[in-house]
Amino acid sequence: MPTQTHLDRLEAESIHIMREVAAEAENPVMLYSVGKDSAVMLHLAQKAFFPSRLPFPLMHVDTTWKFSEMIEFRNRKAAELGAELIVHTNQEGVEQGVGPFTHGSSNHTDIMKTQALKQALDKYKFDVAFGGARRDEEKSRAKERVFSFRSADHRWNPKNQRPELWNLYNARIKQGESIRVFPISNWTELDIWQYIRRENIEIVPLYFAAKRPVINWNGVDIMVDDDRIPEELRTNPVMKSVRFRTLGCYPLTGAVESDADTLEDIIQEMLLTTSSERQGRTIDHDQSASMEKKKQEGYF
Amino acid sequence: MSHQDALIETDIAAYLERHEQKSLLRFITCGSVDDGKSTLIGRLLYDSKMIFEDQLASLEADSKKSGTQGENIDFALLVDGLAAEREQGITIDVAYRFFSTEKRKFIVADTPGHEQYTRNMATGASTADLAILLIDARRGILTQTRRHAFITTSVGIRRIVLAVNKMDLVDYDQGVFNEIVREFNEFAEELATDIEIEAIPMSALAGDNITGPQGNTDWYDGPSLMEYLETVPVDTVSTSAPFRMPIQWVNRPNLDFRGFSGQIAAGTIRPGDRIKTLPSARESVVSRIVTMDGDLEEASAGQSVTLTLEDEVDTSRGDVLVSAEEPAEVSDQFQSRILWMSDTDMLPGRRYLMKIGAKTVTATVNAPKYRIDVNDLQDRPAKTLSLNEIGVCTLSLDQPIAFDPYDSVREMGGFILIDRLSNDTVGMGLIDFALRRASNIHWQALDIDRDALAEQKGQRPAVLWFTGLSGSGKSTIANALQKRLFALGKHTYTLDGDNVRHGLNRDLGFTDADRVENIRRVSNVARLMTNAGLITLVSFISPFRSERRMARNLMEDGEFVEIFVDTPLSVAEERDVKGLYKKARAGEIKNFTGIDSPYEPPSNPEITINTVEQTPEEAAEDILHWLTENGFLKG
Repeated sequence: MPTQTHLDRLEAESIHIMREVAAEAENPVMLYSVGKDSAVMLHLAQKAFFPSRLPFPLMHVDTTWKFSEMIEFRNRKAAELGAELIVHTNQEGVEQGVGPFTHGSSNHTDIMKTQALKQALDKYKFDVAFGGARRDEEKSRAKERVFSFRSADHRWNPKNQRPELWNLYNARIKQGESIRVFPISNWTELDIWQYIRRENIEIVPLYFAAKRPVINWNGVDIMVDDDRIPEELRTNPVMKSVRFRTLGCYPLTGAVESDADTLEDIIQEMLLTTSSERQGRTIDHDQSASMEKKKQEGYF
Repeated sequence: MSHQDALIETDIAAYLERHEQKSLLRFITCGSVDDGKSTLIGRLLYDSKMIFEDQLASLEADSKKSGTQGENIDFALLVDGLAAEREQGITIDVAYRFFSTEKRKFIVADTPGHEQYTRNMATGASTADLAILLIDARRGILTQTRRHAFITTSVGIRRIVLAVNKMDLVDYDQGVFNEIVREFNEFAEELATDIEIEAIPMSALAGDNITGPQGNTDWYDGPSLMEYLETVPVDTVSTSAPFRMPIQWVNRPNLDFRGFSGQIAAGTIRPGDRIKTLPSARESVVSRIVTMDGDLEEASAGQSVTLTLEDEVDTSRGDVLVSAEEPAEVSDQFQSRILWMSDTDMLPGRRYLMKIGAKTVTATVNAPKYRIDVNDLQDRPAKTLSLNEIGVCTLSLDQPIAFDPYDSVREMGGFILIDRLSNDTVGMGLIDFALRRASNIHWQALDIDRDALAEQKGQRPAVLWFTGLSGSGKSTIANALQKRLFALGKHTYTLDGDNVRHGLNRDLGFTDADRVENIRRVSNVARLMTNAGLITLVSFISPFRSERRMARNLMEDGEFVEIFVDTPLSVAEERDVKGLYKKARAGEIKNFTGIDSPYEPPSNPEITINTVEQTPEEAAEDILHWLTENGFLKG
């Protein structure tokens, strides 16, 4: 019997967590963001319930500003798995024309992502939502439980979390309360990439370097995905070999110049690089405890 | 993240092959900020190159702003997570950190050391293979050190690193180190006989013996902390123990497939092995070990798998599949060690939910036999357990469960207790052994008081006092409500004029004095019923404020719920279901409320029902909602 590697142990733990939710929650959902962490989470879910299909739907909160390749990938993946896919967009936001170019990144994120997520959870009355957050992403996440409780108004109270002993999770909640469950809490970015490689998990091609049209906006290279970019910014894109280390709304996700077009190259680049994963995202920068504040307000 | 490994640049594929084979070690660090714990963890992350340059830049900025090391880097800032803690300067929770080296991946549970954080330490220790106990070389073995050693070994950790830190502040004096080690070894013998202790002199601040020697401790020839962590055997749950797997989820994609999914708690399983399902003790044979990557020849402790059996065995979530030759025990009464984790004291005699494996049952916890003082390990008498206290208690369950003693298999003997009203996890427990039914358990002076009786029914007693004119709809609404409560499994009784005036109060008429006496008797009966734990619905006209106030004062605070069924006289008279108004108007009935006797509406009722706008069902729904909101129906 070969000894279990760290990836084996992480995989077994994540599967255990997902099965606990499937057994105890009344109406669970998996938040699927189409990124690499979601890809791993989805793969683990397939393993957890094989040969059954996923016993819960997938839900994507679509800000309408996602890369178009992400949307194609999402739809194809859900169809392949025969999984139920719910796509939710904050219609009020759409009607008000909210977007990152016109309203700034923090307003956009709040209205189209944070508020949209709350709307969707309320609308479908989900009591448990799986998320792909990891404890190594950011300092305030290091103390996040695997089962993270939210009050009826979706607030997170860091002082009122339940102790998690062994692999026993207390999933009991009152009417209206909900739980965010993070089955890949204990994975690091390197674990994710190694697992994608070991399991041959398909990810959105945007992670791989390719010649793409970019413009420089507020000091960040933004990909000209389509005509959602205001016309005056769209005029002179430059073709560069770039890739994306995280995938979100394309105007908020900076491209990095790179020639890494294989998984090995990406991992190599990551291991040799000198800046952390979240640096490409704009929401963390304001103040050092900003993620914690966002989380208390209900951002995932 | 600047991993300094030439292979990354020269042959990434080879590097990845090697790193895929890494093992995982989980450990906990115990100590206080003063001992340099955060500094140690920060140093491990720093020295294993897990800090990115942008993080380092913000660390340097933070160090200057709020650090305690002057112009130098304050490693502690790297690991103190939440803003609230940063301000207080203490870590208040369990934080998990990750780093990896050439040989291993590590998960660190970082917990605070003060006595009020015993529960956090136990939480971190429950998933750890090893504990690092930090000691300030200047201060030696403290009460706190003993407490940390006791908690971590109680939770089953058998490997301890005694990290004698701040050696730079005692001039790297070997004598100081030796004395601390001698004293600790002596103490550790009291804890358990099978503990492995590795003592390392170090300075987290200066970096001595963290990843390697710095020339300051030439008298020490043992491993550095990192060398030890990289090479110590990983304590995966014994794969040689008898097979155990709690069933988490029954996997039924179609009528032809029925699998049992779970994470193996102990032992190894192969197709063809005979197993039993517990507690039903039905035997069968494993036919397949199913995974998405294909069937396995063998699976062992720690793996999450799906098993199919050769026979149609009726078993479900919460049952345990065990080796048929060496099955687990089954019992419904135990002796256990309990660590209390709630601000609210343990209530002996109260029924808590107990989750063990994938099973949740109801458990009554008896008063502690004694509690253990975590500071001197002495037994102390105790009537209850408060936050962070550890005691030995017996438990009685509402149904038998499969288990192994905690010291044999953690996953089969560790449980949590959940409060049925708040849903909070209030305690952790370790099963020591089963009690022979009825022979060993002595209920220690457990009073069957009103709390116990209510607790048994899983509800909060209340008097729901419906007041209003004759014909206002009191009884109809009370009836509708009682049906709803009954359907929810609540224990109720309704007192109304019909069932009381025909018996208990048949000597009373309708004069003011008799009305007062009527209410006095009814209130006292209602009070007895709440003492019995019932939700009591009282449906009486009860026209006078003073009598309703008297009834309210008779009950425990918060148990009296006044419900004003507000129907205008004209409406009630028009309905006149029993034809009483007609008779009263005709003078056939004297002292009829609303006609020739006054009705004093409540000035401040808990609930007001408007029967003109609401049906009785809607009214009942509103009251039910109010009761839920106010916590009467939980549990």
